Amino acid sequence: MSEAPPLVEMRDISIEFPGVKALDEVDFRLFQGEVHALMGENGAGKSTLIKALTGVYKIDRGSILVAGQERQFHGTGDAQSAGISTVYQEVNLVTNLSIGENVMLGHEVRGAFGVNWRATHRAATEALAGLGLDHLDTHKPLSTLSIAMQQLVAISRAMAIKAKVLILDEPTSSLDSAEVEGLFRILRSLRDQGVAILFVSHFIDQVYAISDRLTILRNGRYEGEYLTRDLDRHALISKMIGKDFGVLSALGGNRRVESRDYAAEAPLLAAKGVGRRGSIEPTDLDIHRGEVVGFAGLLGSGRTELARLLYGADRAEEGELALHGKRVDIKSPADGLGKRIAFSTENRRDEGIIADLTVRENMILAVQAERGWARPIPRKEQDELVDKYITALNVRPADPNRLIKNLSGGNQQKVLLGRWLATNPELLILDEPTRGIDVGAKAEIQEAVAALAEDGVSVVFISSELEEVVRLSERIIVLKDHQKIGEIVNGRDVTAQQVVDIIAAHGLEAAAESGIIDAEADLHPVEAAHATAPVPPTMEEDS
Amino acid sequence: MRELIRKPFFWGLVAIFALLALNVLKDPTYLALSINPVNGNLVGNVVDILRASAPILMIAVGMALVIATGGIDLSVGSVMAVSGAVSMVFLKDAGQSGSIGVALGAIGLALLVSAVLGAVNGVLVAYVGLQPFISTLIMMLAGRGIAKVITEGQNTSATNDPFRWIANGFVIGLPVVFLFAVAIVIVVALVVRRSALGLMIEAIGINPKASRMAGIRPSGLLLTVYILSAVLAGVAGIMSVGTVMTVDVSRTGYQMELDAILAVVIGGTSLSGGKFSIGGAVVGALLIATLDKTIVFLGISSSATPAFKAIVIIVLCMLQSDRVRSWFVQRRKPPLAKLGTTGVPSKQEKQEVTA
Repeated sequence: MSEAPPLVEMRDISIEFPGVKALDEVDFRLFQGEVHALMGENGAGKSTLIKALTGVYKIDRGSILVAGQERQFHGTGDAQSAGISTVYQEVNLVTNLSIGENVMLGHEVRGAFGVNWRATHRAATEALAGLGLDHLDTHKPLSTLSIAMQQLVAISRAMAIKAKVLILDEPTSSLDSAEVEGLFRILRSLRDQGVAILFVSHFIDQVYAISDRLTILRNGRYEGEYLTRDLDRHALISKMIGKDFGVLSALGGNRRVESRDYAAEAPLLAAKGVGRRGSIEPTDLDIHRGEVVGFAGLLGSGRTELARLLYGADRAEEGELALHGKRVDIKSPADGLGKRIAFSTENRRDEGIIADLTVRENMILAVQAERGWARPIPRKEQDELVDKYITALNVRPADPNRLIKNLSGGNQQKVLLGRWLATNPELLILDEPTRGIDVGAKAEIQEAVAALAEDGVSVVFISSELEEVVRLSERIIVLKDHQKIGEIVNGRDVTAQQVVDIIAAHGLEAAAESGIIDAEADLHPVEAAHATAPVPPTMEEDS
Repeated sequence: MRELIRKPFFWGLVAIFALLALNVLKDPTYLALSINPVNGNLVGNVVDILRASAPILMIAVGMALVIATGGIDLSVGSVMAVSGAVSMVFLKDAGQSGSIGVALGAIGLALLVSAVLGAVNGVLVAYVGLQPFISTLIMMLAGRGIAKVITEGQNTSATNDPFRWIANGFVIGLPVVFLFAVAIVIVVALVVRRSALGLMIEAIGINPKASRMAGIRPSGLLLTVYILSAVLAGVAGIMSVGTVMTVDVSRTGYQMELDAILAVVIGGTSLSGGKFSIGGAVVGALLIATLDKTIVFLGISSSATPAFKAIVIIVLCMLQSDRVRSWFVQRRKPPLAKLGTTGVPSKQEKQEVTA
């Protein structure tokens, strides 16, 4: 496989956005007849790289070679004519057109009198047959199909233009495991026909089930290219988060855990089977008074989703929550706030700050919301509150009347932290409070968290930086693939590597259980693919 | 003065003075005020403008709040008609042309019906989740229908002196209707700015998601704002039928929603919601009233009125637009680097749109 020249070669690709280097001299190769996984955390540059390859973004430096020839893409049309086709995360089809029209949209067969619909539908049927979907009636509207089938139609649409390269961006995020299996069967058969497939997914098990080779990006940099079978899950995860095993092992748990008898204590918040379809499997969870509980897991593991259910940002569809032993129903953030729970979002810009309001207004907003508009906070009380947190959290510049959008990210985060502290919460949920902020602000926020716990506030701490979680938390809840897979009581001997171990080990068991992969497929993906490829898909048409 | 120039409604003030100057050019005595020797009231063109501005002030202030939440209320004109119809029919049926109680009853009922219509808007927007444009568009159409049902399709007149006094009376030489309007605007402004209502409306308008996450319950606020807008429109309806004591269901409040939206935009409140300015809406309403009177005074044919209005308003909006301002700045001193990044792409965008 590796002897032939690559079908697509991207060399030294750099793309710069104002103030950010999205890609920094990234190399990428894609061979004919392989499934290549592009790995990295959010913000690592995966989608930027894909957009460079599909002509959405112009590259600032570097070169793209397709079949040995250098190409310049000035738009998606150029990339398509070079044989590169993309299926995006959200299916971008027209649901009220027919299946056939969707497959052939923009490539209709034209005759002397405009579009020859009969020939068009025949061509569509051919394209669908290539994926074993010839049982579909191309005249039926697309909306009669399930999401999974629509995804497959999107793929046949991509293949209808005789694509040599097929890019799939998170194709499995809305599919269940049987549907994923069906999709993989089709991908394997396409691969065997010589199509080069670029696959992006947050689901590590799926990457191991389907891919032959993978490229890892981190912070916009090229981290390495590996044969999937040569790289075990440990190594993959630590390369994605950018810490060597050595470094991971060296970091021990700093938080002293007095031998606390959790069983004897009534928890502040107890969740039983709390879940929401498509975001987090039913989960049990106890949070005690004055305790820092870390949620560890990769992005997309369900850690944010779980936290949102506790606050009421999303509504739990099943399970129950008890606060101080009493059952509570938290339907909205206002409910959560009323129950003295506060939630600082990971999405500071869209769900956190109100950009055009001042620091003062942003800081008092939650307290004011709780009191209602008819009971305004007197100016003097506002000043006291705002001054207190500007000083305590060291917000710079210390000007309450400045618009928050003119502050740096770290200081915006401190203002938001102040907003939540001002509500005097019993449980404070911090989702990625230290992401994207400078080291000084990071340390200040970590200190604030530790001090809060000392004062008896319970804190849920969510972070992509495992060592930060290990350093701050008394207990660590480990999440993966939208479910809780473990719980660690922190101690001196607990390290970030143990967390990685749990995440990695769980993958093997879970994957074997669910049947997405079997041992053979894991070791010899190509052979396994041959064995399964001829079987037609089991997915049912949803009509 | 420098602070005044920076206010978004500065150009609105300039336009008012420009229009007045135009009128003075045509007739040097335009601004002259005289005192009616019989009853001691002020008489003059400016007084007429203030009187005409009262209903526009009402709906403009309501509209400013609705727009600040990121919504729009297209139904204000129709609510004016409904309110006018309710009060006229009530007065006609009650008779008793001198009774203050009857007048108050008419006003109370008219405002109550307006509030109900506003509540329907609010429920559709806040609880059903319809787009404000659609919900209030429906109410705009339905409102005229309701008004017709109330009056049985007839222009309805009534006589009631206290009611008429609201629109046509004078106190200490000034028109009552304008004093009422100013008082209501002040009360609304105080309530909005002294309570946390203004802050929350702005928060919802700027970032609804983040506001929800901060614990604001947007539904109740939206409902309040739509009801307030409709009640203010009801007041405007009473003011406008009171002048002639007749409601013409197809003319009363006709296209007033457009005047209100224009007044708000002239006042510097962005149609995308967020920060709002009640002072700006007041300036906008005064400008529109001045414009209406100027058109009549200059003898511009009534068929050309909308075009003249449009020209004045387009010019104003362009003066307020950041893009146009920066365009002028760039014209004056073209920085080479910036032309490449900001000037050219906007042209390209336009080409793409047309292509």
